[in-house]
This record gives sequence, structure tokens and C-alpha cells, in this order.
Amino acid sequence: MTSATTKPVSRRAVLGGLGAVAGSGAVTGFPTIWAQNIKDVVLHHAGPPVTAIPAIAEQATKDLGFTVQMQASENADLLNRFLSQSSAIDCADIALTNQRYLIGRNVLQGIPVGKFKYWDQTLSLFTKGEYPDGRKIIQQGITPSMVLYATDATGQKVTKGGAASDFVTGIPTVTNGDTLGIRPDLVGRKVDSWADVLSPEFKGRAAIQDNPTIGIIDIAMAIEARGDLKYGDKGNMTKAEIDKTVDAMLETKRSGQFRSFWTSFDQSVNLMASGEVVIQSMWSPAVAAVRSRGIPCTFQPLKEGYRGWGYTLGVMKHVDGLKLDCFYEYMNWYCAGFPGSFIAREGYYSAQPDTARKYLTPAEAAYWFDGKPAATDILSPFGKVMEKAGNVRDGGTLWQRLGNIAVWNSVMDEDRYLTRRWNEFITS
Amino acid sequence: MSTSTLPVSLRSGTVAASGRRRSTRLPLWLVSWLQVGPLALILIVLFALPTILFLVVSFYDYDRVGIYPAFLLDNYRELLTTPATWRVYVSSLRFAFIVWAITLFLGFNIAYFLIFHIRSGITRTVLFLLCAIPFWTSGIIRTIAWIPFLGRNGAFNQILMGLGLTSHPLTFLLFSDFAVIVTYVHLFTLLMVGPIANSLSKIDPALLEAAVDAGASRWRTMVDVVIPLSKTGIVLGSILVFTQVMGDYFVVRQMSGGQSASIVSMLSTQIQAMEYPPAAANAVVLVIFVAILVAGMMRIVDVRKELVK
Repeated sequence: MTSATTKPVSRRAVLGGLGAVAGSGAVTGFPTIWAQNIKDVVLHHAGPPVTAIPAIAEQATKDLGFTVQMQASENADLLNRFLSQSSAIDCADIALTNQRYLIGRNVLQGIPVGKFKYWDQTLSLFTKGEYPDGRKIIQQGITPSMVLYATDATGQKVTKGGAASDFVTGIPTVTNGDTLGIRPDLVGRKVDSWADVLSPEFKGRAAIQDNPTIGIIDIAMAIEARGDLKYGDKGNMTKAEIDKTVDAMLETKRSGQFRSFWTSFDQSVNLMASGEVVIQSMWSPAVAAVRSRGIPCTFQPLKEGYRGWGYTLGVMKHVDGLKLDCFYEYMNWYCAGFPGSFIAREGYYSAQPDTARKYLTPAEAAYWFDGKPAATDILSPFGKVMEKAGNVRDGGTLWQRLGNIAVWNSVMDEDRYLTRRWNEFITS
Repeated sequence: MSTSTLPVSLRSGTVAASGRRRSTRLPLWLVSWLQVGPLALILIVLFALPTILFLVVSFYDYDRVGIYPAFLLDNYRELLTTPATWRVYVSSLRFAFIVWAITLFLGFNIAYFLIFHIRSGITRTVLFLLCAIPFWTSGIIRTIAWIPFLGRNGAFNQILMGLGLTSHPLTFLLFSDFAVIVTYVHLFTLLMVGPIANSLSKIDPALLEAAVDAGASRWRTMVDVVIPLSKTGIVLGSILVFTQVMGDYFVVRQMSGGQSASIVSMLSTQIQAMEYPPAAANAVVLVIFVAILVAGMMRIVDVRKELVK
């Protein structure tokens, strides 16, 4: 890391002459900047374990001529690193919700949209806040347009009403709609509503995530589905709504509904794989992990819709000169398909699905994106069979899933109050 | 670090060491500072400064994007007026008390057996090692290992059902207070065995013979001789177990499946939400609470005095 920042003078001197070379090289593919100078550059990429995958960094290093290093950490640890040690990171996978903490704090810099080659191929739900058929995406929780467009190159302020501009706080990379995971062999009936996670039929066999911001939205989906309460905005509840939701949760917990509250990816996998739990809030790669052990597990589509989320690739404020050019190269590489295909096999969607498609086999693309039956056995990103030929992915096509987002992950205005009430729920 | 004993010991050494001291020309005060220095440095850097830091932050104001220097009592007021706080302290104290009672009973008996019933030094060493070797693995592994054992489809339930003792798997075994206590006892019994065995080994066996010769029953010997003489070990072990349970985060979260909470897990929820000032206030209250508990135990026996005996 230090090697790249301690000798910027000589590098920047070279860079003056480099601009022309870089510009002219742009058409020839990777790498477009002069390989002699970039070979010492190390780009530190931080993210959550599900996207900061070492195999992606290895491939990038091979393709680009400079070194990319992945650093994975979870939730608050990751956010903490952005806020307190951002100089040790160069770029990062930033959840839309985390942008709420980062914008205006001099952690990131704006990225000129013009530097990004795949803007036209980026899902319109990010770039325009609408679906391809022109419907506007739901405005509950932190939507992409609330945090994406910056007013200027510093990237410290977002535009009014999410209006499009020439700078973004980060390049959209990954998105998905989350739902409940179930054990189809053990639930014993059709599950098609969020309300089922609170159903007494699954007493002692249900679980939710021990995370106030996500946990309460999942429960709110269930309570609303049950018809008990109509929320103004499930992603930004009023104090009264938080109270009603937490009170209902306390009651459910007292009745013995929940077997466990999970905090980490592997816990959610083990709860499901061992059969301790048959219905729970879950992530797509966790479902894939249970399935690749040969245990049936479904990421069950529910009639009320999905809880959506998204990640962007942002660049830290301190990155400049040659390293910044390298970042732009990496950013374009990142959205050119290889990483997108990798995370597609985890059940996520690349924000540029058409580029990811090129790196998937036709059978994989048909299975993961188009909701068609698997023509061959489908392998997990780590090479294990996770779906037998002939089966169809739960949730159908990309747009059947992403087109049905009911609420986005969120950081609420009343998050302080929410944390207090959540602690009350967990300690009761 | 007792200030009253230090000058005395140095003064007694003055005459004998005077020749050497003149040649090295180290003034007495410097010697004292050098002796105190390393530990003081470690304590200041790793304990005092962080403690002061979170004490200061606990009065700060905060919002989503940052923490702001201030002197507010709000964090403490919110902490102390939330029913969750009281519940979690009661629950942690209850865990601590139950675990303390069980580990004391087990620990004392194991230590007594090792010291007074095992005559051969080699056998004793081997048995001690058998107690200690599992502790060379990480506590996390020893905790998680209980999960597949106690689970709904776990080994223990399968044994019970195989023996026909129960027709349905027992679900209270895992993700319950029971699971938490089992794990604590497993993790912390050695913390009792060590100090108590150390105290017991200092008891002159002649004392026990004398008690028997004087007509004391086994029970009276135990109550009037062995227990008073092993008080230091018992108190030390108790302090270790109590502070471990009160400061625990991992075991409660894993083994109760998040159904119960500990003081630290509550604190961790606040940290996850980037709410540092209330988390700091929580930590300050915990430190004070545990310090009072330990001070209370120290009053029962002067561990410092007993240790140098």
C-alpha cells in the first residue's frame, strides 16, 4: 500500500505524458495504460465476503497488469473500515444503505459517468429508477436514486430528487431481491407469503436475522401480509410503527416462534442444513450453499414481493494519479462480465447482466437469468453441483424477481430508536 | 502495585547492594521507576487510555454520520431507563451465579481429588494435562462443537431416541439457557480448578492428619481446615468465572441462538448500528459493575496477601 503512495511525485510526473497514451489506448482493450508503470500498483478492494472474492482479484490481476487485493469483512466492521481507515482501502463494494453513512464524510470521491464504459448496459432500475417497461421502482427504503448521483466531482452531495448528473458516488455492480428461504421437504405445505414466517405452524422452526435494520423490514413484510398493519414506508418507519412492529415481535418471540436469530452467513446455512429451522430470512448464496450439500432448500418467491438491495463500487478520496487511472480500468473490467458471472452463480444479479451473460455458459445464463429449466447440471461458483439438469430456478426470470421489489434495505431516520427497541426484543 | 511495600524492600537491600549501586550509579528512584515501568506502560497504553477514551465518548452526542464532543448524560439516561438493560443484567447475573455454583462444586472436587487423593506425582501431572489439553484449542471451537451435539437432529437426541428414552427430539437442549450454561461450565471449570488446586497444594498434609488425630470428622476437617486454607483459590477462581460470564458475548449469542442476550451482545448491536456513545456508556457501566463485584469478593479475602505467603 505505502509503496504506491510514498512515491507519487515520480509517478505523477510520468503521468503527464501518459494521458495521451491512455486516451489512445482506450480502444484496444485491457490494459489501456502503459504496463511498465502500472505493474507496481496495488489496488485494495474491500467488500463483504459474498462479493469480495479472491478469485475475482486473481483474475483482475492477470487481466489488468496491476495487482488487485480483496479484503472481506462484514456489516459494521466493513463500514467502520470505510469511516476510520479509508486510507488503507482504495475501492470498495458499498451497499446503498452504507452510502447513507458515507456521503458527505470525505470518504469517497465522485466517479465521472463518462469514464464508465457500461453505463448504457447498466440496469435502468439503478440509472433511471425505473423498470424497462417504464414503471417506477418502489420508493420504500434506500433506493438507488437516493444515493447514486452526485452534484459534482467531489461526490459529497447527492442531486435533488435523484436527478441524473455526470458524477456518481459509485458504479452499480450487484443487486438482488431477498426473500425467505425454506426447506421444501420439511415445511409440509405451500409457502407463498411473508406472513408464513410468523405462522404458528412453524413454531420453534423459524428464524430471522439478528440485525435491526433488515430484521425489522422482514417482520414488517410479514405483519403487513398478515393484514395487521399498513405501513406508510416499511423502509422508514415512524416511531409508532416501530413500536407496533416490535411489540408484535415480542409477542411472537414469547410464543416460542423463533428457533434462533442468526448473525452470520454460515449460521444461516447451518440452521437450514441441520433442519433446526425450516423457514427463515436468508441470502441467495446461503441457499446455494445448503443446496450444494445435497439438501433441498428454496429461495421462495412470495406474493408480497422482495426486499431489494444493491451494491456500488466506489473509490476512496485519497486515490489519485496513476492509481486512479488504474481504478477506472478496474471498474470497467469489473463490469465487463467476469465478476458478474461469478456472483450470478451465487444467485445475485450483476447490474450489467448482459456483460455477465458472455461469461456464463448458455445453459447457465438460461437458468440464472431467464428462468428456463437447466439444460445441464448447474454448478455453484465453487464447482459443486447445486441444481440438477431439468430444474427451474426459484423466482423465474431476472425481471420477475427484480421487477417485484416491495421495499429496499434501509437505514431509517428513527434508527436510534429502532436500535433501542431491537435490543429490547433480543433481550426479552 | 503496592506503594507501601516497595520502599521497604528496597531499603532492606540498601546495605548489601550499596557497593554495586555506586559502580552503576543508578539512583534509587530510577530503579523504582524501571521496576514499575514495563507493567505501568502496558497498563497505561492498553488499559487506562482506552478506558478513558470510552469514558469520554460515553458523554458524546451522536447521529448517523458521526460523534460530537459534548457532555450529555442522555446516553446513560437512555441506558438506565431501558427495561432491556435491567433484564440483561439480571439475566447475566443469573447465568454468572448458576455457572459459578456449578464450576465451584466441580472445580473444588476435581482439585481436591487431584491434590489429596492422587499420590503419584506422574499420575497427577497426567490428569492435570487431561484437564488442560482441551483448552489448547480455541474457545470458539469448543463452543460451536456443542451445536451439532445438542441440536434437534444432533448426536445426543439421536442417542436418547435410539435408547427409546424419548419419542420426540428434545428441543430445549440447543438454543436455550440450558445450552448456554452447559457451554459455560465446559469452558470455565478449569478456571476454578487451577487456582483452587494451587491453594490446596500449599496445605501441609500434616495439618489434615493433626485434625483427624484431634478427633475431627472428615466433614469438620473440610469445613474448618481445608476450605479456610483454600479461600484464596476459591475467590480467585470465582473472580475469573464471574468476569468471564459477565463479559461474554460469543457463547450467549451462539448457544441461545440469539434468544438470550448478554450485556456485551447488547453493546454489539449498538456498535453494528454505528452508535458508539451509547455503546461506550454501556461499557462504562459494565466495567463499574464488574469492578464493584470483584472488589466485594476481594474484601472476603486479601488475595494479594495470600498470594505472597
